[in-house]
Amino acid sequence: MAAPKKAAASTAQDKTDGGSPPEFTREQELKALRDMLLIRRFEEKAGQLYGMGAIGGFCHLYIGQEAVVVGMQMALKPGDQVITGYRDHGHMLATGMEANGVMAELTGRRGGYSKGKGGSMHMFSKEKHFYGGHGIVGAQVSLGTGLAFANHYRDNDNVSVTYFGDGAANQGQVYESFNMAELWKLPVIYVIENNRYAMGTSVSRASAQQDFSKRGASFNIPGQQVDGMDVRAVKAAGDEAAAWCRAGKGPFILEMQTYRYRGHSMSDPAKYRTREEVEKVRHDQDPIEQVRNRLLAAKVSEQDLKAIDAEVREIVNASADFAQHDPEPDAAELWTDIYR
Amino acid sequence: MPIQVLMPALSPTMEKGNLSKWLKKEGETIKSGDVIAEIETDKATMEVEATDEGTLGKILIPEGTADVAVNTPIATILADGESAADLAKAPAPQQKAAESAAPAAAKAEAPAPKAAPAPQAVAEPDPEVPAGTEMVTQTIREALRDAMAEEMRRDADVFVMGEEVAEYQGAYKVTQGLLQEFGAKRVIDTPITEHGFAGIGVGAAMTGLKPIVEFMTFNFAMQAIDQIINSAAKTLYMSGGQMGCSIVFRGPNGAAARVAAQHSQDYSSWYSNVPGLKVVAPFSAADYKGLLKAAIRDPNPVIFLENEMLYGHTGEVPKLDDFVIPIGKARIVRSGSHVTIISWSNGMSYALKAADELAKDGIEAEVIDLRTLRPMDTETIVNSVKKTGRAVTVEEGWAQSGVGAEIAARIMEHAFDYLDAPVARVSGKDVPMPYAANLEKLALPSAAEVVEAAKAVCYR
Repeated sequence: MAAPKKAAASTAQDKTDGGSPPEFTREQELKALRDMLLIRRFEEKAGQLYGMGAIGGFCHLYIGQEAVVVGMQMALKPGDQVITGYRDHGHMLATGMEANGVMAELTGRRGGYSKGKGGSMHMFSKEKHFYGGHGIVGAQVSLGTGLAFANHYRDNDNVSVTYFGDGAANQGQVYESFNMAELWKLPVIYVIENNRYAMGTSVSRASAQQDFSKRGASFNIPGQQVDGMDVRAVKAAGDEAAAWCRAGKGPFILEMQTYRYRGHSMSDPAKYRTREEVEKVRHDQDPIEQVRNRLLAAKVSEQDLKAIDAEVREIVNASADFAQHDPEPDAAELWTDIYR
Repeated sequence: MPIQVLMPALSPTMEKGNLSKWLKKEGETIKSGDVIAEIETDKATMEVEATDEGTLGKILIPEGTADVAVNTPIATILADGESAADLAKAPAPQQKAAESAAPAAAKAEAPAPKAAPAPQAVAEPDPEVPAGTEMVTQTIREALRDAMAEEMRRDADVFVMGEEVAEYQGAYKVTQGLLQEFGAKRVIDTPITEHGFAGIGVGAAMTGLKPIVEFMTFNFAMQAIDQIINSAAKTLYMSGGQMGCSIVFRGPNGAAARVAAQHSQDYSSWYSNVPGLKVVAPFSAADYKGLLKAAIRDPNPVIFLENEMLYGHTGEVPKLDDFVIPIGKARIVRSGSHVTIISWSNGMSYALKAADELAKDGIEAEVIDLRTLRPMDTETIVNSVKKTGRAVTVEEGWAQSGVGAEIAARIMEHAFDYLDAPVARVSGKDVPMPYAANLEKLALPSAAEVVEAAKAVCYR
């Protein structure tokens, strides 16, 4: 049992330097482009609505990290569960949740996924197997391990994809979960979205072990560092991790090296990094531009790409319109859904 | 002079045990550390090691004797040069009653047992039990085990997880036999990792499984309280009703005996503060069984507060195929017209004892066992207070922001005009639980304090 694990753990490290990931088909490239664009345009619109006061409270945007959820989702099959923290809009759209329902939740309206009672950080969809949307940093790691526990208990073929950030990776319950996941061989992929900053604290200022793929080493959980800005690399890693889990070998850790362009939340002045740093990532590594450039190189017409743009903008604009005109929840909703 | 070997206390709450086996015979040489006997407590079978050297002179309590009180001499050891003739010099063996094993009399090597409240006669019939139902006498420990086993037989989605619940058979023997019947898939030993396994339980529950999460004590659940409150209690609301969780968090709560501040806290008021949780804290064996079954079936997260001091207590449990007591209903355990005493869990033992005392002075107390703290059965309290005009609350927890304070507020809100005296509270003292036996006793409520409070509100 130990030998294959070790092998996986060591080959994992080489993955990021091991040349280009497997090519996507044209259909895959187009789907990745469309799904990432939807998230980006949606988040830009959410930022705009926040500025207008239509969205309140906390609002954590996913711009820059789109390749992570889109690539992972392409590696999953129906029935696999997804759970994440509070930077969750991208995850919801990637699982196929409706833009209208997500945006209306952001504006606190009755048509929102949580009837306006959850807000940005707390949305769920049983139908899409999206288990939240959790506001307490790290809590979703134990919960996601519990989803995997349920898969194991029911002896089905599903995998729990449990996302958390480089900040949450320092919470104690993460390691409690790692221990039990490996002990019981639970089918869970821990996707650590390393966007380099836990709010305003850089990884180097917060983490003794900055290679997050090694965070499971003392539990014998294999890990892999992945270029989280390249959707193809994400999908390839996701495929491998999912196969590992489905084979009954237990959990797998994927460190997605990614970057968030916007602040931690809407109220973040972002004094902890330079504008140049952000611009450089945007220019050199943008996940959407990478796909767009490959498609153009493969002779897909500008026209076709613009059509995708237009379709996405229409969805997002419609969601913004819906979210601002949908009524607020009925006052009676204050007292519902406390018990069932 | 021959040395007496006394029946040892093998746990903080042990009062008596069965002497199941002698491993040494009279006349055999004994060295310090030799296992001389096996003793079965209500939790486990334990070996007794000799602390003195010599020859086993006489076995005073033969093997197979049940209910030997702690500190009863069970054998004598003869030192070098002593003979059987010296045995006469040893004090005559005397079987002590468990209740009389006073801490002051305990020898240094045996932790002092705390005198437990005697089981109380229940005056009022339980409305949940049809007349003529056959009853079986069970310990609360057994009632809990049966409740879990019955629900696990009924529903394959129910499983138990926690520290030492499986192979060890339960730290307090509550899950005894479950591993053997249901296997390791459904009776799961966890590492010592409360925060993590509470979260795993909640995550599993979100998919529709029905976990019973055992905390070795609720004191340790403080490490997991984020998952209990932020994840279990709030998710149904935050998801607009889409995703809730049917989960039971259970284990001993409150003071045991001589385990000091970090193992003695009563969390009744903490959990009863939180919307989204149901909180159950029974007293009688029948209620333990019927309410645990209800808790397991409930589609919401339920905090099931047990009391270690009560685990070994016996009570009559209805012999019914499916005995379920609805959550949220208090029970009038003793009716009376002069004063209402409201309590739950082990607080009931003080309340009932006090009611007996008060009756001697002509004060008829109505005693209400809340059984469920959230949702609280305000109606039963208020109706009683409308009748008696006086109320005393009894809890082992602290008074500030306590459940007694909540009850007092509800009485004020709903029955102010009926009150003939301000509501009185009897509670644990406003200090961390001390270790010393005398201080611990002072820190806890007592029947005498309840009597005093009841007399005060009756202006007697």
